[in-house]
Amino acid sequence: MSRRELRSVAGVEPVGAYTLLRVERGGLDPGVPGQFFMLEAPGRLLPRALSLCLAPRGELAFLLEAVGPGTEALCALEPGERIHVFGPLGNGFRLDVERPLLVGGGIGMAPLPFVAERIGRAPAVLGFRSERHAEAAVLMPDAQVVVEPTLVTELIEPGYDVLACGPEPMLRAVAEIAPRAQLAWEAPMACGYGACYGCAVEIDGELKRLCVEGPVLEAA
Amino acid sequence: MRLLNASGCLDALTAPEVARQLDGFVTKTITPLLREGNAPPRIAETAHGMLNAIGLANPGRERFLGEVLPRLRELKRPIWVSVGGFCAGDYAETCAVLEDVEAIELNLSCPNVDEAADSAAEIVAACRAATSLPLYAKLSAAHPDIAEVARAVASAGVDGLSLINTLRGMALHPRSLEPVLERGQGGLSGPTLKPVALAAVHTCYAATKLPIVAMGGVTSGQDAIELVACGARDVALGTILFSDPNAPARVRAELAAADLDEAFASAHRVTQVLA
Repeated sequence: MSRRELRSVAGVEPVGAYTLLRVERGGLDPGVPGQFFMLEAPGRLLPRALSLCLAPRGELAFLLEAVGPGTEALCALEPGERIHVFGPLGNGFRLDVERPLLVGGGIGMAPLPFVAERIGRAPAVLGFRSERHAEAAVLMPDAQVVVEPTLVTELIEPGYDVLACGPEPMLRAVAEIAPRAQLAWEAPMACGYGACYGCAVEIDGELKRLCVEGPVLEAA
Repeated sequence: MRLLNASGCLDALTAPEVARQLDGFVTKTITPLLREGNAPPRIAETAHGMLNAIGLANPGRERFLGEVLPRLRELKRPIWVSVGGFCAGDYAETCAVLEDVEAIELNLSCPNVDEAADSAAEIVAACRAATSLPLYAKLSAAHPDIAEVARAVASAGVDGLSLINTLRGMALHPRSLEPVLERGQGGLSGPTLKPVALAAVHTCYAATKLPIVAMGGVTSGQDAIELVACGARDVALGTILFSDPNAPARVRAELAAADLDEAFASAHRVTQVLA
């Protein structure tokens, strides 16, 4: 059940080129891996959609990259500051697969530590654009890691049930290699709960709201 | 004062718990045929507002009547249907087949589609002939003389006005200087609109004394009171619903101690000053 609560920031730590933002969980349900939360970005009109990275006891943790004024404001939060957190939202990954393989590209690795925690032992491959970005792999110690120009898709072997999150070209390449893959997509969202129609993407040949139909979609 | 949502800012079927906080649910604009809407990206945040270029995405009249409206009725909230089109006949045909709804809002001012060729008054007159349901005309504050439009639609037979729609705007990527929205331009909404909404309500109330549903940058009970003090009878929430789905209950709580009758009475005095 999704709820919106004012939560205290428990910690803000750099992880390589990214930031791990931890908030006190309160009455919020961590949901299913791949689901997301809308986080109030101080000083901005609209909240930002972030998938849950980890669910430590009593907390919710989000991995983010400062790419604009909203994510910069979130990365600049101090412990004890309070922000509204709304979620969990959308549809997450199906975890009842036989041979899982977790595939992450860049900040798209964000939901995978939570997947790994819930699914048990599963192989994982992560790709990053620099060594500094690749430091975030510390959140998934068993993962195989590559840095550009090597692409993470080169590590996907046949026969796996792929659960992937990453930039659009990576997801399209994964869909070619693994047609049964579950892919977590991203789109600009104002609301996260189906109100604004901003996050429309083409699904089954029609423009549909990613926050309602996704963000995790079957590749085929 | 009734608290509504602005058309296009809530889907009561995906968020019934939000719709239940309102005194009525206003649908997304319904056009005769299905519209997928504009290609993404469709939204952009600006300094004190946001832009959207959704493009009247909707299932079309037939599917709305057959599939959506019956499910909306199950929510047991008064339903306002927003009606759009590309000529007076489009609007009137939809009005003619609507029954048993609280009111019809004629969207005469979407900035994200090409303008209807027919004038606002022609569209209203055609709809008036097609239905006896309460008709509200949603106008744009971008018109150079909104009082003239308000008087024209009043003469053509509307029962009220909805003020205001978004204003056309544009945002660029800071480095590439390319438009953020795929369509290039979109409709500006959010707190930045409030002064524009206050002025439009003030002007149109003075010009027509028609009931007005006011919207534009409302985030608090205080914003709602100010719109009532300019002549609004009802108030709608738009962009605030995106960031705060509990906004209707919060705004209502903030209004609990307000003397709305006194605020509305002051609208009379304010418009006298204007005159």
